[in-house]
Amino acid sequence: MNYPDHLRYTKDHEWAELVSESKVRVGITEHAQSSLGDIVYLELPKMGRELKANETFGVVESIKAVSDLLSPVSGKVIEVNSDLTSNPGRINGNPHLEWMLVIEAANAKEQFGTLMDSGAYSKFVKSL
Amino acid sequence: MLKRTPLFEEHKKLGGKMVDFGGWELPVQYSGLTQEHEAVRNHCGIFDVSHMGEFRVQGPGALGFVNFATTNDASTLAVFQAQYSALCNSHGGIVDDLVVYRLGEQEFLLVVNAANIEKDFHHLSAALSHFEGPKPQLTNESEQFAQIAIQGPASSAVLQTLADMNLEEIKTYWCSVGKVCGESSLVARTGYTGEDGFEVYVTPEAAPKIWNALLTAGAHFGILPCGLGARDTLRLEMKFALYGHELTENTNPFETGLGWITKLKKNSEFIGKPAISKIKDAGPTRSLVGILSLGRGIPRQGYEVFDETRKTRVGFVTSGTQSPTLKKAIGIALIEKKCEKAGTRLWVKIREDLHEFEVCKTPFIDKKKEN
Repeated sequence: MNYPDHLRYTKDHEWAELVSESKVRVGITEHAQSSLGDIVYLELPKMGRELKANETFGVVESIKAVSDLLSPVSGKVIEVNSDLTSNPGRINGNPHLEWMLVIEAANAKEQFGTLMDSGAYSKFVKSL
Repeated sequence: MLKRTPLFEEHKKLGGKMVDFGGWELPVQYSGLTQEHEAVRNHCGIFDVSHMGEFRVQGPGALGFVNFATTNDASTLAVFQAQYSALCNSHGGIVDDLVVYRLGEQEFLLVVNAANIEKDFHHLSAALSHFEGPKPQLTNESEQFAQIAIQGPASSAVLQTLADMNLEEIKTYWCSVGKVCGESSLVARTGYTGEDGFEVYVTPEAAPKIWNALLTAGAHFGILPCGLGARDTLRLEMKFALYGHELTENTNPFETGLGWITKLKKNSEFIGKPAISKIKDAGPTRSLVGILSLGRGIPRQGYEVFDETRKTRVGFVTSGTQSPTLKKAIGIALIEKKCEKAGTRLWVKIREDLHEFEVCKTPFIDKKKEN
């Protein structure tokens, strides 16, 4: 699997995309969607919620499994993809494009830099 | 070390995603749970159920003993007929559910859940030592059987291309012996999906050949190999009980919908009968019901269930999933009997929040309407 170079990754299989100096978009990886199987339910936080890095921000469920979603960075939730909560199955089709939320933090770029790049994440997934 | 079935290598070749299922390394899915589920509802699918346990009870006293150990009435079975039944303990708790096949006047095959093989064999051995009358031979033959289930409306057409017996002559819950792919097999018209289908019992050595022949013969019928994931959603849509979920030693037959296989009037004493009679006379206090989500939350095993006031806990979820057929969240819950009526509002605590459900008629899908 090809993990896009412009994204950064967590050990819990979320990806982050830096959309500006202070904003990060978040979703789950190809590995996450393929381990879960057919995704049928997605629960996302309310706008404005303050999240800490590694804090649970939501839940994704496939037919068989329930999995917590953990925030890759600390910051405030400023956008929530409510279309995706109505059609969570789209995550299976395009995991690296189907974003879940946008988090704002003054030091977003700095936090983004501490996450695994695609090479490190690919290696990590292979080791599982 | 996880146990493997004789079909393990076939699962790997087919790209099965292997998981630990009660100590067995089995595929949870191959191509995708929803696809596999739909293949069984619309065409056919095959499942490796070789992990199931098989015990043989044979010799003088076999019928008497099976009737003493199980809740259903085995004396009503003709040779080659099968019945769904249960093993209970002396308190009326369910030790396991099983299928009893009568293979001869005094010969029975008991098919039990994989996770319960040792427990059941111990239970039956103890029962045999207490059994008065001629004692039949009880043997655990689980290692000598592989089992392949073929399920779905095209099952008969596919299996017939490989079987030397006339499958049309095997009625639901009957079986026959003969050859499949030239290999000695016991073919039963039974299953766990709500669809027409068969369970084929063969030797471990013959299993890969038959498995692959079924996939080839079924190719133009849209056959798919199916994993444990689809097996679970298919049985859940029918509200078939699963041991460890709906059925445990802390549940009795009358509160779990197994009253119909508990024959208190049969011409034989059986283990648990005094306790179960008392439960029946007093009236069961709980009921196993189907619940349907009125929102989007998926109920899962162990989640608490509250009544319409949202304050009083009335039971818990035993199984739940997103129904691939209905595209809605469904579940089975063991709740106080007063809430069992279809249409009753219930609330299920999913993580922090209460989600609205209603008790609904089951099976969740109406097989009759489709035909």
